[in-house]
Amino acid sequence: MRSAERTTLYRDVALVCLADGVVAASFGAIAVAGGLPVWVPVAMSLLVFAGGAQFSAVGVVLAGGGSVAAVTTGLLLNARHLPFGLAVAELVGPRPLTRVAGAHLIVDESVAFAIAQAEPAMRRRAFWASGVSLFCAWNVCVVLGALAGRAIGDTDALGLDAAYPAVLLALVLPSLRDGAPRRAALVGAVIALAAVPVLPPGLPVLLAPAGLLAVRWRS
Amino acid sequence: MTPAAILVLAAGTYAFRVAGPLLRDRIEISAPVQRLMSTGATVLLVALLATAALTRTQGFAGWARPAGVLVAGLLAWRRAPFVVVVVAAAATTALLRLAGVP
Repeated sequence: MRSAERTTLYRDVALVCLADGVVAASFGAIAVAGGLPVWVPVAMSLLVFAGGAQFSAVGVVLAGGGSVAAVTTGLLLNARHLPFGLAVAELVGPRPLTRVAGAHLIVDESVAFAIAQAEPAMRRRAFWASGVSLFCAWNVCVVLGALAGRAIGDTDALGLDAAYPAVLLALVLPSLRDGAPRRAALVGAVIALAAVPVLPPGLPVLLAPAGLLAVRWRS
Repeated sequence: MTPAAILVLAAGTYAFRVAGPLLRDRIEISAPVQRLMSTGATVLLVALLATAALTRTQGFAGWARPAGVLVAGLLAWRRAPFVVVVVAAAATTALLRLAGVP
């Protein structure tokens, strides 16, 4: 493992922490500005640690929906962590203690950082480095945002909603060099996009692995 | 958001996360299946980024965000540094919004 590779990894992770940190601060601010006590966004970030689900659950509550609707929405969005867990299982284990902690660090970005690496040792390093850094950055910034309240402006004006898909795109692009994964990913993305208007948020993405069948069928 | 609701959401989310590593302990997985699961994660990430780039709730996200992601895609394809890719995406979207594009 070359040190230049590691330096690049840490720099990339730091950038994602910065972008996610601003989003986290906005989450804390939105929750508190909507009338929720400070401990709610803070506890959610520590215990749930999944940006999409946190925003959606708080969004449901602030829109007047009940706890059941908020929890259901959040769980649907987080169901994708099961297939992600299967993909990064060997990086999380095998010791019980690292697995208990490692499982909590399975988020879109840590999975993407891990599978973007070629060597197993580098995959493990990428998963843990991005997972731990993101957990720290996310939680610290949620606290800061919750305390700052309304002071945090609209993150859409900063274009940060484009940063998240851009991060994932930059990280998965090397895996799409081979024809079969690329075709499977394209078919999967089309299926998910077609399902967005008709299925509740979180479910469309779960249909995407059907794209694997389309490719295997042909070969 | 009651404490109970947060705990249920947290427990459910953790169950989804830990299920994969626990399952891998109990069943022997062949190399082709392992590769398939890795490809599955890639497929899932691409679907996630496609829906995040193009949709908001259950409709179209507007042009500013997909335009930013498109710029990022072109730069990443040309092997631009990660920092450049991500900053260009946010900057493109922010500038388009500043110019009044939704």
